[in-house]
Amino acid sequence: MTPEERELVRARQKSRSLVTGLLLGALVLLFFAIAIAKISAGHA
Amino acid sequence: MASSPIMAGSAAPSLPAHWRDFVALTKPRVMTLVVYTGLAGLLAAPGSIHPVLAFTAILCIALGAGGAAALNQWCEADLDAKMKRTANRPLPAGRMDRQSALHFGVGISVFSVILLGTATNWLAAAILAVSILFYILIYTIWLKPRTAQNIVIGGAAGAFPPVIGWAAVTGDVSALPVALFMLTFFWTPPHFWALALFVKTDYAAAGIPMLPVVSGEVVTRRQIWFYTAVMAVAAMAPVLLRLTGVFYGTVALIGTAIFALFAFQVYRRRENDPARMAPERRLFKYSILYLFLLFGAVVVDRWIFA
Repeated sequence: MTPEERELVRARQKSRSLVTGLLLGALVLLFFAIAIAKISAGHA
Repeated sequence: MASSPIMAGSAAPSLPAHWRDFVALTKPRVMTLVVYTGLAGLLAAPGSIHPVLAFTAILCIALGAGGAAALNQWCEADLDAKMKRTANRPLPAGRMDRQSALHFGVGISVFSVILLGTATNWLAAAILAVSILFYILIYTIWLKPRTAQNIVIGGAAGAFPPVIGWAAVTGDVSALPVALFMLTFFWTPPHFWALALFVKTDYAAAGIPMLPVVSGEVVTRRQIWFYTAVMAVAAMAPVLLRLTGVFYGTVALIGTAIFALFAFQVYRRRENDPARMAPERRLFKYSILYLFLLFGAVVVDRWIFA
């Protein structure tokens, strides 16, 4: 693997990690919101 | 998900797939219609649902559709590589390995079902699971490579979203969501075969037994007209059964009359050259608008005129 290819792989892994992190953060917020919604609706 | 050279029939990628390719795997454009009909089913349902839970239900419908699309492409990577229309998808283009697509498809499918069951109810989740399994097992694996009528029965998979949206609110399935299911079910053949008429050569190259390839364009045009007639009955059923009001009835009557006019023009034509199929393209484009209009009319009817 050439240095350019290695750089490209790293850049792609970095962007995927960033997107995965953002999605996980969004899921945390969603689960929190679902919990609040169910509690307020009296389903919990 | 590191790439591994396990692909059959297409080039193995040397790079990890870009995140945009995972998005492309979910067929976002197809998902638009699925989300819209699911949302219409949810909004048309009696009763109320917390906005967060409604958002979650629609998100799950979208994720389920995306997962099914990813698994469909995992199954058909070799066929997609043979068709100009699909050759640039992540798998046939060699931008992603098959194992990543499989993991992604199964992952978001299972996640969507569990999340929907937890956030709303398990009836809605069960219908979502059935729709995903139906699309993969019945349509993609069983019917599509075997029969020219594949889209007629397989189209049921795309008809489930309004039922799921409805069930997410009410916890049951009554006459109106079944009517909306039937409308989408009978809408699918004329919609899809209009497309198949002008991409016939693509399907022939891949060996997929689509109706224009197996039975010819004359039979396909006749079948488009026949299913348009059946779809017209399904479109008027909600108002005839008094499940919706006059507003929906008016939109359905005018919209279906235009659909029938376009379908009749397609039925009367004898044209083999895809480059000269303007009426077929018009029917295909209008069929999408038609479904948007009718589902929108159901919601407006239930919210404003009910």
